Amino acid sequence: MSLGSIIGVDVGGTFTDVFSLDLTTGETGVAKVPTTRPDQSGGFLDGIRAAQPDMGHIRSLVHGTTAGTNALLERKGAMTGVITTTGFRDVLEMRRRDRPRTWGLRGDFLPVVPRDLRMEVPERVLSDGTVEQAVDLDAVRAAAAALRDKGCEAVVVLFVNAYANPANEQAAVAALREVWPNPHVAGSSEILPEIREFERFSTTALNGYLQPEVAGYLARLETALKGGGFGGEFMIVQSNGGVMSVETACQRPVRTALSGPSAGVIAAGYIAETAGYANLITGDMGGTSFDVSMIVDGETVVSPQTSIDFGMVVRTPMIEIATIGAGGGSIASVDAGGLLTIGPESAGSNPGPVAYGRGNTRPTVTDANIVLGRIDATRPLGKGLGTLDLEAAKAAIDEHVAKPLGLGVMEAAEAIVRVANSRMAGAIRLVSIERGHDPAKFAYMPFGGGGALHTGAMIDEVGIGRALIPRFPGVTSAMGCVIADMRQDFVQTLNATLDGLDLEALTGFMQQHHDDGQAVLDGAGSEFAARETRFELDMAYVGQTHTVSVPIPVTVGNGTVTAPTREAVRSAFETAYHGLYGRLLKSGVRVLNLRSTVIGTRPKFDLSRLAPPADATEEAAARGTRPVFVRGAWQEARVLARLDLPVGARVEGPAVLEQPDATIFVEPWLVAIVDPYGNVLIERKEGQA
Amino acid sequence: MSNAGTAQTVPDTGAQDPAGDRGIDPITLAILAGRMEQIADEMDATLFRSAFNPIIAEAHDASHGIYHPQTGETMVQGKNGLPIFVGVMAFAVKAVIDKAAEQGGPKDGDVWIFNDAHIGGTHLSDMRLVRPYFRNGELFCWLASVGHWHDVGGAVPGNYNPAATEVFQEAVVLPPVKFVSEGELRTDILDIILRNTRLPQSAEGDVNGQLGALDLGIKRMDALLDEYGGATVTGALAALSARAETLMRKEVDALPDGRWEAEDFLDNDGITDAPLPIRVALEIRGDRLSLDFTGSAPQVAGPINIALPTSIACVYVAIKHIFPALPANAGVMRPIDITVPEHSLLSAEFPAPTGGYTETILRMIDVIFSAASQAAPDRVVANAYGTINALSIAGRKSNGQRWVMFSFYGGGHGGTPEGNGLNHGSAPISMATIPPVEILEAAYPVAFRQWALREGSAGPGMHRGGLGAVYEIEVLEENGAEAFFFGERGKFPPKGVNGGGDAAVNRFDYEQDDGWHQPPMTSKMRGITLRQGQKVRLQSPGGGGYGPAADRPAPEVARDVALGYLSAEQADQQYGTAWRKNA
Repeated sequence: MSLGSIIGVDVGGTFTDVFSLDLTTGETGVAKVPTTRPDQSGGFLDGIRAAQPDMGHIRSLVHGTTAGTNALLERKGAMTGVITTTGFRDVLEMRRRDRPRTWGLRGDFLPVVPRDLRMEVPERVLSDGTVEQAVDLDAVRAAAAALRDKGCEAVVVLFVNAYANPANEQAAVAALREVWPNPHVAGSSEILPEIREFERFSTTALNGYLQPEVAGYLARLETALKGGGFGGEFMIVQSNGGVMSVETACQRPVRTALSGPSAGVIAAGYIAETAGYANLITGDMGGTSFDVSMIVDGETVVSPQTSIDFGMVVRTPMIEIATIGAGGGSIASVDAGGLLTIGPESAGSNPGPVAYGRGNTRPTVTDANIVLGRIDATRPLGKGLGTLDLEAAKAAIDEHVAKPLGLGVMEAAEAIVRVANSRMAGAIRLVSIERGHDPAKFAYMPFGGGGALHTGAMIDEVGIGRALIPRFPGVTSAMGCVIADMRQDFVQTLNATLDGLDLEALTGFMQQHHDDGQAVLDGAGSEFAARETRFELDMAYVGQTHTVSVPIPVTVGNGTVTAPTREAVRSAFETAYHGLYGRLLKSGVRVLNLRSTVIGTRPKFDLSRLAPPADATEEAAARGTRPVFVRGAWQEARVLARLDLPVGARVEGPAVLEQPDATIFVEPWLVAIVDPYGNVLIERKEGQA
Repeated sequence: MSNAGTAQTVPDTGAQDPAGDRGIDPITLAILAGRMEQIADEMDATLFRSAFNPIIAEAHDASHGIYHPQTGETMVQGKNGLPIFVGVMAFAVKAVIDKAAEQGGPKDGDVWIFNDAHIGGTHLSDMRLVRPYFRNGELFCWLASVGHWHDVGGAVPGNYNPAATEVFQEAVVLPPVKFVSEGELRTDILDIILRNTRLPQSAEGDVNGQLGALDLGIKRMDALLDEYGGATVTGALAALSARAETLMRKEVDALPDGRWEAEDFLDNDGITDAPLPIRVALEIRGDRLSLDFTGSAPQVAGPINIALPTSIACVYVAIKHIFPALPANAGVMRPIDITVPEHSLLSAEFPAPTGGYTETILRMIDVIFSAASQAAPDRVVANAYGTINALSIAGRKSNGQRWVMFSFYGGGHGGTPEGNGLNHGSAPISMATIPPVEILEAAYPVAFRQWALREGSAGPGMHRGGLGAVYEIEVLEENGAEAFFFGERGKFPPKGVNGGGDAAVNRFDYEQDDGWHQPPMTSKMRGITLRQGQKVRLQSPGGGGYGPAADRPAPEVARDVALGYLSAEQADQQYGTAWRKNA
């Protein structure tokens, strides 16, 4: 009997990547097709067909999507209305009184909901939850009618202090749902019952803004899939690295803001852990940016909020990804003071590097890699590029970098790569050190097409012990879709001193989060290897503004949450605080928020299925040699087909390992080893400091 | 350039280090530039994370850098520190260099601490820690940390005392003193500091955070020098400074030669209600730029004086805003001559109070922008709202517990060559964010009745200014409260440039039993007694407009009216009635 297959689809800016796993045979497949725009569903379906022509065979389909991110960045969401407390109409537009950049005082901000679509209604709740003024529902209905007349598709209710008491907001939402013609209605306390009105309002408004767009996109996909005979489960990757049902995604589209990149980090974490590395730094090198993320003791680092763009704050747990503007398409230039700089200007993937011959004439990092022989100009990555124009790349480097610096063209190309490496290394150093971690204790995993070209520099510059390059670095995010667990996050602001904390109320919230999470898992129609509920409290000493995440040991037996004692909470706080700061203080303790996470663990597939076949040999993988330029001189590097190398193969640098979706460069002082899962491990050669 | 009777200012070493940038290849230089900036960034991050005090932890009112071993010149500064500190810290380090020389020279592991604004610039809330870095027994550079403490004693919690006539009424004054001697913390000094603040726990947290940031800087410098060697790093520092100077010269050289003037006024000093002029003449000759503040008001009794180092730092902030791509080191200042009249508001002498320095430097930035906009209309933005609007509301709860709600409020940015000014932005000297209403209401017995954009507050123009804000705050505490307000721009509005119009002036109102009032000094007042249920209302200025209002397309005016950014009548007055065809 066939168990069917499980498919991960990651839609990126340039390519749609697909990873498929046949649960019966264990066979895996990858496909890369161009992303279609503006409607990504075309490329999505092409990709699935390339990997699994029989849609009826698909048991599970998991999708990492940039539909929401793009709608936010390009301001292509729905016309959305806001109904808010009298006096607070402009919160979305006033932000937290910031500005886009430190220097220059340039830049304007237009909120996704313009001022004429933000209506005030009489109502007021105080910070202690007292309803000072009950909501005027006639005013709410009148505002709704006005917003509909203006053409709004979605409406959100944003009441101040609704985190402390949602009664007014809930009454307004209920009244709206009676009159609003579609399901795109939400209140801020449903989306994020957490203190800080701008962050809550922004998250809720962006959610409303995305709802019609994302719901429409997912409905189109579902229809097309069903038309193709698909009858399995369909899930969407969230920014927190977990998956959610399509139904949840339609209600909470804002949770998809970092859907694609987070799936990549999940895959990286699983691959590294299987290979024996619980501490990992990932580096995703794209056309315009380099994204860094960390996994510490097997856990991804999650941050509570991010800004999609200036003033567009989304507060929902997201895998923490630090980005710098140094990608393959980043432009190298020499400034008026004679300093070589990389980025932030980028040629992106279109027109792309000079060598692509699409009209860009300023040299990029990729051009430098081509000139140095690290990318084969006759065999570029990505379809439809043809042969790359090596001479044009050289000429551009000569004109824009070599001549102004008084260097030869090869030295200039190497300089570009070294400065780009240094910037990437800096990003890694900052991310790890800021969190108090020593990068030497981490392995580094590059993914994306170009990342593996710069691995050696991370070992050299950051002092990372080794790099691990996954079997399919170019489709890591798609693989992550297949691996990710189902995960729901909940938050509730408590804002009380520990001594004054109402433990019964706390337990009530915990129970409610647990029940809501279980209901979502039950409704997913999926099987889970395990279920888990975790509780954390955001706590601090009275007077501190930065809180500490404190895991609270709570037992859940027969579906019932047992209340933690006050002493257990205090002790958990002291353990967490001491772990971070190495000392305890005498002040009182405050509890700001409860955060609960409900996880349904999905069955994992055996990564050794990705290992090279037993009959592979190094000889069969050999593809001759080609000259590469390293540290001022040409050296003859071996060229090997990476996917054809056997387990245990040791390839001493200089060498280039090629595969359809990536190129790995092994510097002369490094060695590449193929591990039992088909990963390539890169380390220093013996005796090479 | 030093004129008779004026103070010459920039601590210019003139010559570069003998090592120069000879022998440093451009690749190493580019890498070292990033590595050293990162050391300062990491020092910033360390303090932000460990500070107790929200002014540092949340608002990032702090800065770190690497300074020249002999001159104290800024060599490297972090990206995330407060803009005004970028220029002022060189003076703090120089003050310590001089002090250390008197004490027999710095030793490894020494740290000096001080807040004296007349020596180190800004105001007494800013505590500076300065530490030498030694390499192989030789002084290699200085590291410094500055942060805005929550309270440093004085008459008013938070140290913004609008009625101060001497520094002694503002805060405890600490001259540069050795705080750590060869690694040994002098606990007697710490005892003095902690006994002189209302918030000793916060102060101790900050001082530990700053010492921790300096420790980290030393560790990172060691690693960098182990890797690259002292000569290379010294050479790179000199080369980066020289390159910054070259960049600045090229920027100035690209501007036309000429002389342009601008003037503006502060409302008053909080003691005497008389306007105080700030004047500048900006002159460009080839690749040199000079700024002459002759004609600005003399030193005054109230706390809006600034010390000379603050004036220089302020010029640096203005220049960085006009040329944002310039690096943050002293080289940028070498092609600039600054003349500040002695005994003036801009070079006040001890013990003149300087607590409200923010207001004065914002006005200096405004006049520099107004003058520079005539020389480089495509480079310069219109005036921002121009006041920090420090408002504190304080009282005691029934249980006797003291509370102080202290915050700075926002306003509009000026119109720019590219577009409209930002609504409700941060002050040009700061990147601090404002706390959320819900956090303030949860912490203090107040309710905000309005937190909104201020309609009609933007300066008209081809690209209009950003809007200011309206904040209306009601006291909920049954014991009532007392309010302190320190602002500016109550009489003289933020100006437009290149033909753009002025924004609305700042306005503060407070409620009493007999109705609403405005402060006798317009924008400054202490000790306003408020009963439960009474309110204060602050309406901040917008930004000035860029370019003539007549050049604003009618559909955009119509859109502004539809959004309620201004009324139809105001639109008619500011732009004429042509927009009505698009309404």
